Amino acid sequence: MEMNHDVNTIFQIAGIGIIVAMLHTILKQMGKEEYAHWVTLIGFIVVLYMVITIIDDLFQKIRGVFLFQG
Amino acid sequence: MTAIDILQIVGLGLIATFLVIVVKEQKPVFAFTITVFTGALIFLYLIGEIQHIIQMLESLASKANVEIVYVETVLKIIGIAYIAEFGAQIVRDAGQGAIASKIELAGKLLILAMAIPILTLIIETVLKLLPS
Repeated sequence: MEMNHDVNTIFQIAGIGIIVAMLHTILKQMGKEEYAHWVTLIGFIVVLYMVITIIDDLFQKIRGVFLFQG
Repeated sequence: MTAIDILQIVGLGLIATFLVIVVKEQKPVFAFTITVFTGALIFLYLIGEIQHIIQMLESLASKANVEIVYVETVLKIIGIAYIAEFGAQIVRDAGQGAIASKIELAGKLLILAMAIPILTLIIETVLKLLPS
């Protein structure tokens, strides 16, 4: 089923979130707060890219199904 | 489409909810992203079924000799309602009730604007029926 690939992405997002949280804590304890913020931001951009891909797919499909061409 | 698919959707929702609860304590932003992604995934899954329903409606309309413009307008209205609801619910979930209300308002106004040709036609027909 085609859905399987997308379900994996949910776990990927959760994994990235947890790893970023860990890195944030470690970097903060090392006293490098500015790096910690950058790590969070980059992680968020990666995740946002995944979400935007699927949202784009959804909107294209809705456009096709509901005759939004014009 | 089989009945087993509802199990998959419920399972997906439960797993996503657990993940959201786990991630939310550390990074609420990522938890919100999981919510958006799961919502989009379920909608994407349902849109295939909606396509079947709409094809049936279109074939019925062509058999009944309804003008295609009206069917198209109704379909667009359903689409607007569908996507406005999706957006408004996600935004409200993120705690921005005000923006969600504006999205819903925009959806209602656009639907009203799309319905204007049909409304005009109805009013003209009623006026024709009235004795002058």
